[in-house]
Amino acid sequence: MRITKLLFYSLVLFAGYHTIAYAETPSEFILMIKNHQFSPNTFTVPANKKIKLIVNNQDDTAEEFESYSLNREKVIPAKTQAKIFIGPLKPGKYDFFGEFHKDTATGKITAQ
Amino acid sequence: MLGSALIVFREVLEAALVITLVLAATRHVATRSRWIAAGIMAGVFGALLVAFSAETIANALDGIGQEIMNACVLFTAVVMLIWHNVWMAQHGRELSQRLKQVGKQVEAGHEPLYTLTIAVGLAVLREGSEVVLFLHGIAASGASIYSLWAGGFLGLTLGVFVGVLLYIGLLRIPVQHFFKVTAWMILLLAAGMSANAVGFLDQAGLVTHLTSVIWDTSSWLPEHNNLFGEMLHVFIGYQASPIGMQLVAYMITISMTLALTRWVTKKT
Repeated sequence: MRITKLLFYSLVLFAGYHTIAYAETPSEFILMIKNHQFSPNTFTVPANKKIKLIVNNQDDTAEEFESYSLNREKVIPAKTQAKIFIGPLKPGKYDFFGEFHKDTATGKITAQ
Repeated sequence: MLGSALIVFREVLEAALVITLVLAATRHVATRSRWIAAGIMAGVFGALLVAFSAETIANALDGIGQEIMNACVLFTAVVMLIWHNVWMAQHGRELSQRLKQVGKQVEAGHEPLYTLTIAVGLAVLREGSEVVLFLHGIAASGASIYSLWAGGFLGLTLGVFVGVLLYIGLLRIPVQHFFKVTAWMILLLAAGMSANAVGFLDQAGLVTHLTSVIWDTSSWLPEHNNLFGEMLHVFIGYQASPIGMQLVAYMITISMTLALTRWVTKKT
């Protein structure tokens, strides 16, 4: 019981300590989906910063933006636009793809 | 066809594991299949509803409707699963004794089984809506209906098959340990769901702290395209590169549930 309690309170404190609000507008990157392909399919974003991706699906079918390394998945219905927040990223390369059209919809984000 | 089978299999697998675990954990209840079937049916209906209003949901709440919905669905399922665990902690010993003595099912007593109906329904809803969207997309792109059904059916069958295997395995656990094991499995499942929910909130830009990845084990145990990693992900919520807040959510879920179960067992 004591350990559970201790664990719980320390977590609450830990989370609370880090909940001192900071305000930073993330920079935006726009991504198009057309004919089940991303454009641009490679681009560079600043590392260690929060990024806002705008994904605009111009196809007639839904797509799922997915990335294992970014831990992201979001269904983007046909002819709609979605925003996805990513990061802060360590410098490196991050693959993403369209889960519903894996053969053609692929891309890579470089963080530096 | 294989591609669509694989996608359907993945989605079905997660829901199948939730259903299997709930089925096993309620083996003492004679009327459980009715409650669980109701959950599955409600889930399928909900999945269709969600899939066909995907656009509305996606555009809702300034474009983060999907994430908020996913997070709410997951958190609700977590509460329901924990509720069950706490109830079982209160009544589990007596139940497993009776199960051992009589060797058959007992009446539900006062357990609010609808909590598990909700948990099952939400699992089916979440995974099912993605299957519907995906299959709908393939159909719209002009693939043959035959291969669509074949792929979907194959994926579904495989997912159910794995669920059945797990169920058979679970039932081999000796009765005196049975409820303890299923309680732990449900707890870890719930903790993983909490972490997933936080992941969705982060994707929506709503997590402002502890958003950095705290470890990255994706090179030696990826959570995707690796059967072991995927199993670990579904069972204990393993993530190859979680953010700090996800770990916090995971730990809070576990410690709060343990604290609650201790509290109710002390009271009785």
